[in-house]
Amino acid sequence: MKRPELVCPAGTPAALRTAVDAGADAVYCGFQNATNARNFPGLNFTPAEMEQGVAYAHARGAKVLLAVNSFPTAGRFDLWREAVDAGARFGVDALIVADIGVAAYAAEAHPDLRLHLSVQAAASSPEAIRYYVREFGVRRVVLPRILTVSEIKDVKKEIPCEIETFIFGNHGLMVEGRCSLTNYVTGLSTNMDGVCSPAAQVHYDKEADGSVATRLGDFTIDRFGAGEQAGYPTICKGRYHAAGREDAYYAFEEPISLNLATLLPQLMAAGVEAFKIEGRQRSRAYVRQVVGAFRGAVDQVLAGEDPELADLVALTEGQKQTQGAAGSKKWR
Amino acid sequence: MTEISHDTPAPRPGLSRLLPPPPLFLLQPVLNRVVHRVARLHPSLFDRLGPHRTARFVIDARGLPFVMLLVPDPDNLVFRALPRNREPQGDARIAGGFFDLLGLVDGESDGDALFFSRDLDITGNTEAVVCLRNALDDVEGSIAEDAAGLFGAPGRAILAALRRTGDRRGGTS
Repeated sequence: MKRPELVCPAGTPAALRTAVDAGADAVYCGFQNATNARNFPGLNFTPAEMEQGVAYAHARGAKVLLAVNSFPTAGRFDLWREAVDAGARFGVDALIVADIGVAAYAAEAHPDLRLHLSVQAAASSPEAIRYYVREFGVRRVVLPRILTVSEIKDVKKEIPCEIETFIFGNHGLMVEGRCSLTNYVTGLSTNMDGVCSPAAQVHYDKEADGSVATRLGDFTIDRFGAGEQAGYPTICKGRYHAAGREDAYYAFEEPISLNLATLLPQLMAAGVEAFKIEGRQRSRAYVRQVVGAFRGAVDQVLAGEDPELADLVALTEGQKQTQGAAGSKKWR
Repeated sequence: MTEISHDTPAPRPGLSRLLPPPPLFLLQPVLNRVVHRVARLHPSLFDRLGPHRTARFVIDARGLPFVMLLVPDPDNLVFRALPRNREPQGDARIAGGFFDLLGLVDGESDGDALFFSRDLDITGNTEAVVCLRNALDDVEGSIAEDAAGLFGAPGRAILAALRRTGDRRGGTS
């Protein structure tokens, strides 16, 4: 069985070093601007930090994958071009791209640099994936979290590139790369500004009874009772009143995290070349625990042993986990 | 400083300056030394704070008889303890169990997980809190250890004891 690459998140240089030290084969990260889909305040890398991060990872046999995975709008392409060029200059091992213009520029300007297709491109069919491979030389596709293991296996047979699947973390999929809910409420786009629920527009109002109302802009998007588990303040994870429903309910998605730990052997047998852990917005403590747990589990599967899986539920959103579509098409 | 008045009437400003409550009077220089040491050891921390370096963070470690005010401005660092009945007005308020907050500055706890489990309460300027969280998390090693190191072996022994207690309790206060 081929050894899959464990691809781990890093929102800060310290998290990158933590991931590498915890056993990551590759770390993905981005710059402090709209070119990456985790453009959160206080997060991400300056050019100098990226260069140092690449050196740290390479010295320890790990790769760095640069996420340039948002969509430039007219008149702003220079920022994405600079990010691609800086990645090439610093010696990153691959660029993770979603936009065809960014992919075309990278393929033309840096033909020797690997291109990975971001989950933000939402390419889930063999036809879509083959298009990116043919036109831009994409070497790996990060699959959207909408396929069963059996479907992943079928896709793998029909595409000439590697497959990377998410195995742990945030599970706010919607139609990945096409979420416009945040844009509708805040005027900022997840896909084009890299910011989902901009923190400047998130407010928590604690009530006297211990409940907390979550507001995004002018909208109340959820209300947690005292002691009730909470989730991220995103519209897709909010609870709403709707006709025909007595109580507010999760109309789009639930606050829950993906955890495919028990499916690792099947995913490896299906030919998945890389496993991705979500969470660039999370702490070093999260990175250390989750990367360490999956490093051990993957190595045990490779050794023919049953993996001993650490309990990661305390780190999950809403303290709940799911196998999502990988386990069943009825994940909601 | 603007302060929120709670149940107990606040002492007259002049009197409070002359006769601060003994525990806080003793604590103040300690907090001051701690925050300056952390700032000296980790100057890059302020870059991540960006425009929020002048934000006023009220930190409520539940179970302690006081709240803390942090202004992480490298040109005018403030880290001060205030009685609960004189809680200052802040741009953001962070409340959690003492051991959970210790875990955060120790690099051992995940802020999002504490938020999901409702062990951490955030109100006010969320962006400032997110920036502070990310800035602190990028500090290599442990800020708690840096602070404890200021007091030599006794400081490290106290931190070790606190960590053991926190582990036994599984966080919170």
